[in-house]
Amino acid sequence: MTNNWITTRAWLLMLPLLIVMIAIIGWPLIDTVRLSFTDAKLVGTQGNFVGFDNYAKILSGSNFQRSLITTFWFAVLSVSAEMVIGVLAALLLNQPFYGRSVLRALMILPWALPTVVNATLWRLIYNPEYGALNALLVQIGMLDSYRSWLGEPGTALASLILADCWKNFPLVALIALAALQAVPRDIIAASMVDGAGVWSRFRFVTLPYLAGPLMVALVLRTIEAFKVFDIIWVMTRGGPANSTRTLSILVYQEAFSFQRAGSGASLALIVTLLVTVLAVAYAALIRKTAGAS
Amino acid sequence: MERRSLTAAIFVHIAALLLAIVILAPVAWLFVMSISSTTDLIAKPLHWWPDTVDFSRYGVLLSSVANSAGEAFVASLFNSLKVAGMATIAAIAVAIPSAWAVSRTPSVGWSLYAVIATYMLPPVALAVPLYMALAWLGLLNNVFGLALVYLTILAPFTTWLLKSGFDSIPREIESAAVMDGARLDQILRLITLPLAAPVVATAALFAFLLAWDEFFYALLFTSDQRAKTLTVAIADLAGGRVSDYGLIATAGVLAALPPLLIGLFMQRALISGLTSGGVKG
Amino acid sequence: MLKSVTTALLGATLLAAALSAPAHAETKINALFMAQAAYSEADVRAMTESFTKANPDVTVNLEFVPYEGLHDKTVLAQGSGGGYDVVLFDVIWPAEYASNKVLLDVSDKITPEMKSGVLPGAWTTVEYESKRYGLPWILDTKYLFYNKEILEKAGIKNPPKTWAELSEQAKTIKDKGLLATPIAWSWSQAEAAICDYTTLVSAYGGSFIKDGKPVFQTGGGLDALNYMVESYKSGLTNPNSKEFLEEDVRRVFQNGEAAFALNWTYMYNMANDPKDSKVAGKVGVVPAPGIEGKSTVSAVNGSMGLGITSTSKHPDEAWKYIAFMTSQATQNQYAKLSLPIWTSSYDDPAVSKGQEELIAAAKVGLAAMYPRPTTPKYQELSTALQQAVQESLLGQEEPEAALKTAAENSGL
Repeated sequence: MTNNWITTRAWLLMLPLLIVMIAIIGWPLIDTVRLSFTDAKLVGTQGNFVGFDNYAKILSGSNFQRSLITTFWFAVLSVSAEMVIGVLAALLLNQPFYGRSVLRALMILPWALPTVVNATLWRLIYNPEYGALNALLVQIGMLDSYRSWLGEPGTALASLILADCWKNFPLVALIALAALQAVPRDIIAASMVDGAGVWSRFRFVTLPYLAGPLMVALVLRTIEAFKVFDIIWVMTRGGPANSTRTLSILVYQEAFSFQRAGSGASLALIVTLLVTVLAVAYAALIRKTAGAS
Repeated sequence: MERRSLTAAIFVHIAALLLAIVILAPVAWLFVMSISSTTDLIAKPLHWWPDTVDFSRYGVLLSSVANSAGEAFVASLFNSLKVAGMATIAAIAVAIPSAWAVSRTPSVGWSLYAVIATYMLPPVALAVPLYMALAWLGLLNNVFGLALVYLTILAPFTTWLLKSGFDSIPREIESAAVMDGARLDQILRLITLPLAAPVVATAALFAFLLAWDEFFYALLFTSDQRAKTLTVAIADLAGGRVSDYGLIATAGVLAALPPLLIGLFMQRALISGLTSGGVKG
Repeated sequence: MLKSVTTALLGATLLAAALSAPAHAETKINALFMAQAAYSEADVRAMTESFTKANPDVTVNLEFVPYEGLHDKTVLAQGSGGGYDVVLFDVIWPAEYASNKVLLDVSDKITPEMKSGVLPGAWTTVEYESKRYGLPWILDTKYLFYNKEILEKAGIKNPPKTWAELSEQAKTIKDKGLLATPIAWSWSQAEAAICDYTTLVSAYGGSFIKDGKPVFQTGGGLDALNYMVESYKSGLTNPNSKEFLEEDVRRVFQNGEAAFALNWTYMYNMANDPKDSKVAGKVGVVPAPGIEGKSTVSAVNGSMGLGITSTSKHPDEAWKYIAFMTSQATQNQYAKLSLPIWTSSYDDPAVSKGQEELIAAAKVGLAAMYPRPTTPKYQELSTALQQAVQESLLGQEEPEAALKTAAENSGL
């Protein structure tokens, strides 16, 4: 078999996937680009060409800037919390204790819970009048009176992050745990003989083994957090006073509630661009990490 | 095994207990709500366990009486099964040949990265044209239409997982068969796929869970019992006349049950899939 | 040979039977309702069942979504050929729906009996530029509900007639330690907040739009928001109101945790149901109060209508269904959670029995209904106003500045 034929055969085998991808991702994306230069409505009019008007309006408006900041904080805080708690949980699960295998198995529960169910569950827990969180905190004396967790801009985003973090940190923990189990025991033993402290043992012996898998989890979680829609839609719909209106919610509002497909498309593309920049930056970082270790 | 001081052992056990509570408490509360009466749920101070255990809401939601809330819920359950099932099968079908091709022909590998890169695209960037296209094809509010759209998420993901699975199967086994004159489809069917079966199963499970979880497209592209999926049905229930928190919780339990069971019983497969994909990129 | 002929004949018969089946089969129509306030899901299902019993050739698939999803679902289903035939729409949407051709113009289908029998005010629910896009179905406004027992304990003889009096009475209740926060509203970032706001705007004699330009940032519009903020900051209003929708208000009220609550008709009979409510038998209802020297009562037009979508393939059956659902007989039978659109129903003892207080409040309140602005850009206007209300309540912005920003962002 010649190399040429092997390459051709590879392309032929990939044909179904490529057709599907072009039809349901490539073409819609190009059409979104076209729409973003028009004032098209969602139903009915095709719209007229308006150049960069949509982009100019969005970038100069306060709505976009506010949503960008909200999204940024949501992504940074939830992902970093998930990473830290996840790694700590993994280190714990790597220690011997009674019931370890059961607890390891249970870790999958939050991750398997559908996002919408998770959001609904936490909305009930945060309920200002009858929620379990208020009841618990008051009954153990940590709170004097019931609070409106999702109704105050100061706590709404934090409450969302907590709910998101609860669902996603176990995944990080499981990935980190699998990596930990790959650390050769004799290396740890050797480092202990050398008299390395707990921190330096973690930093110089364990962490290098974790870095690769964690980096991938970090990238995936950040991209997902940047695109967040479901949990916010179900829990706050962007309120109170738009303090949790992330970019995806803003795009939904523009394109579907207000039916402005054109400017909705421009907004969506700006979000896409931001995610791409983020991903490219991460890719560079991963390459650097890989080169260093 | 290293020797630990007693304090360290106690600390580890306390931390483990804490972690177990954090993980279990919300899930347990969801279940308790589903079997509590409304009176218990709006009592102050809150009743953490109902006076009388009440499973009737499960009956309400799973009833098949025509034009009832139960019928609507069951319909959405089946829609979710249909959409997730079809999308998974389709995704695996297109992913197997392409993942194998990329795994065995590194020179076309870049195309896989292009496919994976689409995972970054926020669904909102595709939603408007997809909406218009589905409308034009008459596939809005249709399980086939929704399953097709779900391929945008599932196909890149499964291809990526399968490719790293195929990578771990030595080429030498296939080369030997080629020497014996086997055709490509025979090699795939008789040698590679049986060896890769665990990976394929893992990829299928992941795909199914992803589709089961999906909300945004389902919210936009379905409107009633003919195609509405569970996630949308639950969001509707939670956002509407929610005098009965227990009913919402019951719907949550029922919707979570399939993925929870898959998660608990297929754990090893899921985690190995995640880490192998993760480690090798 | 003979056998194969028989098989063929049999096959042909079966095929013919299969093909002819659709001829007898029923027409299927899809209807979209909301799972919130007004008629309960059970009521709508029961009404629909009576309709299909009377019209066995038509089946109706019912779909219930939260109010928050009603508008978007209707609009999004436009793209699908086999979408909804009948949709429930709020009084604020006909302008947009008419401009975007979402609903059929049904002006010619309306019979003289309907024209003369339905309350004149109800028609505004379905009208835009003197065309009618459906029939009014839910005739509703926000009333002031009060807990008779708590008022009695506080020594208050009569429920408030003015908004100032409401604050005074709430303060008495608070000072006597009966309730920490006596008033409950639905001020979540949603249309519900705008309904409460509009009620107050009508009390203060304000208006939303003048000559196509927003004017709510001055005069009555500003006074209304100031009242809300004042009531919130003074602690008379349950601070969780900023997170409440109508259902949350109802739960708090029927749990005996609110002395006053602003809500729709449906709360009266639900809060009086001993099975679900702790305040059954103690529920008082009056029209929302007025402002001394400006108004005696206040009310928002929160009515909703049933219309036929322009994409419906069965507009005739859809109309039949709408006519049945809005008919006086149906509405009188289910007059507990929502009141009829028919003038004569209000003097029908069968309708008012057991809810005389509600009917008395309705006669005054419904006559005073104040509209939210009629504009195709209502969704944007409302979104901007919701933000202004919430920012003012949360103290992020002064009401005047917040409303000014809302006026700029209203798209008008």
